[in-house]
Amino acid sequence: MDLHLKIWRQKDQKSEGKLENYDLKDLNPHMSFLEMLDTLNEKLITEGDEPVEFDHDCREGICGQCGMMINGLAHGPLKNTTTCQLHLRSFKDGETIVIEPFRAEAFPVKRDLKVDRSAFDRIISSGGFVSINTGQAPDATAIAVTHQLAEEAFDSAACIGCGACVATCKNASAALFTSAKVTHMALLPQGKEERSERVIKMVKQMDNELFGHCSNTEACEIECPQGISVLNIARMNYEYSRALFFKRK
Amino acid sequence: MILDSKIPNGPLEEKWTNYKKTAKLVNPANRKKLDVIVVGTGLAGSSIAASLGEMGYNVKSFCFQDSPRRAHSVAAQGGVNAAKNYKNDGDSVYRMFADTLKGGDFRARESNVYRMAECSLNLIDQAVAQGVPFGREYGGYLNNRSFGGVQVSRTFYARGQTGQQLLLGAYQALMRQVGKKTVELFSRHEMLDLVMIDGKARGIIVRNLDTGEIERHSAHAVVLATGGYGKIYYLSTLAMGCNGSAIWRAHKKGALMASPSWIQVHPTSLPQSGDYQSKLTLMSESLRNDGRIWVPSKNNETRKGNDIPEEERDYYLERRYPAFGNLAPRDISSRAAKERIDAGFGIGPLKNAVYLDFSKAIREQGKEKIQEKYGNLFDMYLKITGYDAYQEPMMISPSAHFSMGGLWVDYELMTTVPGLFALGEANFADHGANRLGANSLLQASVDGYFIAPYTIANYLSNEIHTGKISTEDPAFEKAENAVKKQIEELINIKGTKTVDHFHKTLGKLLYDYCGLARNEEGLKYAIEEIKKLKQEFYRDVRVSGHGNNMNTELEKAGRVADYFEIGELMCYDALTRNESCGAHFREEYQTPDGEALRNDAEYQFISAWAWTGEHTEPELIKEPLVFEEIQPTVRSYK
Repeated sequence: MDLHLKIWRQKDQKSEGKLENYDLKDLNPHMSFLEMLDTLNEKLITEGDEPVEFDHDCREGICGQCGMMINGLAHGPLKNTTTCQLHLRSFKDGETIVIEPFRAEAFPVKRDLKVDRSAFDRIISSGGFVSINTGQAPDATAIAVTHQLAEEAFDSAACIGCGACVATCKNASAALFTSAKVTHMALLPQGKEERSERVIKMVKQMDNELFGHCSNTEACEIECPQGISVLNIARMNYEYSRALFFKRK
Repeated sequence: MILDSKIPNGPLEEKWTNYKKTAKLVNPANRKKLDVIVVGTGLAGSSIAASLGEMGYNVKSFCFQDSPRRAHSVAAQGGVNAAKNYKNDGDSVYRMFADTLKGGDFRARESNVYRMAECSLNLIDQAVAQGVPFGREYGGYLNNRSFGGVQVSRTFYARGQTGQQLLLGAYQALMRQVGKKTVELFSRHEMLDLVMIDGKARGIIVRNLDTGEIERHSAHAVVLATGGYGKIYYLSTLAMGCNGSAIWRAHKKGALMASPSWIQVHPTSLPQSGDYQSKLTLMSESLRNDGRIWVPSKNNETRKGNDIPEEERDYYLERRYPAFGNLAPRDISSRAAKERIDAGFGIGPLKNAVYLDFSKAIREQGKEKIQEKYGNLFDMYLKITGYDAYQEPMMISPSAHFSMGGLWVDYELMTTVPGLFALGEANFADHGANRLGANSLLQASVDGYFIAPYTIANYLSNEIHTGKISTEDPAFEKAENAVKKQIEELINIKGTKTVDHFHKTLGKLLYDYCGLARNEEGLKYAIEEIKKLKQEFYRDVRVSGHGNNMNTELEKAGRVADYFEIGELMCYDALTRNESCGAHFREEYQTPDGEALRNDAEYQFISAWAWTGEHTEPELIKEPLVFEEIQPTVRSYK
């Protein structure tokens, strides 16, 4: 199949960027979207041009490093799919595809399609963990967790931190990402002890990173490759209010 | 050179306890005076960096990804082993040790394997305490499943995303220390050389992948937890960035490489579909718990899987290995698949796959139960192939996966370079010639959480009077200049072929001559071809852009340059081992029915290799393997 690509090219954070046109012919529809970009880069390198920089690593949909806006949609048209798991069979022969980086003030562009998502790491570092040192944990059976609860916690823990929720949100809010971790930890007995401190610190950090507020449009859930539910955001709001209500003087 | 493995005295089950009793400690007040560098943020890297950070050392943590949470441990699906015996099915530390040793074809150190089994109990406790949502029974207790090569249920799992959940636990522990400023994080940084001063590892040279800047970092100890180099085959189950550069550059500075040719080929990955393909995706081995593997019993079958009647299907694993059936270990299952494919019974458009069939399990247990156990894997299969595996059998194929080889380490996980430690898949230690399923997450984690914190402290106890190590030392300058020179060289070749072209060519060569099966003639041929390809690379590769900014092509070029040398060593290693064991199958050494033929009398040793220079053959140093507890037997899964 043939494709016409419009790709965002930007030398670095300070430079201005713009969309460039590229044509690719005779592509195999079983090719993944990133393999299509590999093919384009091979062509650009052989022709003496600089290849398009984009982030990716596992190419199995689990590491969360890939991600771009494809025709205005985070990770492209397939539901619950990362860019690396998107294949050309989702597009039509001859189609024009617009490829841009994930955009948000908190995710500055590094080059072309690569953005800086370290704000997510700082949110986790502010409180997204159970404070347990290594080596002396109690026996795992000492803490019973029902099957249903473990599964529910897992649903939230499955977030891959790709940033699609931020990129697709009109406010560039990180509420889905942050709330998924808050919920995962608050549900489990191991994480309950710190739930108040955790949610307050994480929300504060989220604001410090210049992410916008959540205004409940729910676009994040629709474009999340892991199908993380917006109910996590409701849970985060509950945890936050609860934490403030019971805050020790 | 005589290798000292530093195995503690005493009976097997007391060795680790004895070591811990006598290991030297560092006073908390002195820990602040000691710097440690950790390269890699997978399970081994994150857990050791977090552990050392919380103990009070100054830790610098490096990874090439944009966040430590991306490390490839995240992709492991099936589970993590621990001899908890929650199922009351006869499991024990000893049995797990025995299974692992046998699974590795008696080519691992008894003491290390026993310690891994022993520490497995603590790992589950640690992970649960961190909030890892392992699969649970309805009563609230932890659930288990079984994996290839064993007959007990000792694998703990978090759906098909166990690696992800364990890694996130370790990553969160790491980020907690980053928040406390005990660990300084350097993401998008790649180690390009090891710096040695007075024969000890004293620092590293890294390239900031965002800016292209070359940086010097010093420390009293350097820990490499950089994973495996299976991506050398280009098509593999590994992440695109996985590479062997850090360990290889340490090797060229004096650390020995052990068993480099033992790279496991995983039996259940998705088959290759075309030349453009960049990787092969693994489908968890846990699928073999319920899926039945078969090929048509007729050559060149053209009918679809569902149209082939039961009596015309060859369940070759159940036929050849009735005791273990579909749960036969990886090396055996992979070879059996290759045997059927080569004999013309392969299926799929390229005739390079076998079926993994769930129809019986769905009939017996219902679709819902199967969906609950493996739903995400079925979804992934649908996304990648476009086929619904609830309706028709999956197509799977063997692909390069886990490197059992790596830097040689002693019992303390220290390499032959004092102060340089290697953890997880980057070392050679625990798996022998074949890794059993669900032992990889385990080894990486216990190395980082429970073993290295003791052994690194033992080493550092002699370093408290060293004082700060200056990056102005001439050794840093020399290493930095060498790195800069290589970058310049690569950029200036300005040839006609891309880096990927060379990587793919090398990978194909290794698949064909140093892959699932090897022979003397092929290995000798491959060594010559790799040398030629390397020369061509330095003459004709085209690396676009510059060295002083973000440049992915340059990163890849450096890694491929190292792969040529690693590939050559893999072939030497395979060539000198005139036997078949685990991942290493020499066609000249097999039983009449095609099983691996080990030669204990002559090859019961670990091959450790020393770098002797670019144009000379590597030097082989042997570490004899002594079995006191279990005498090697013929590995039979029949």
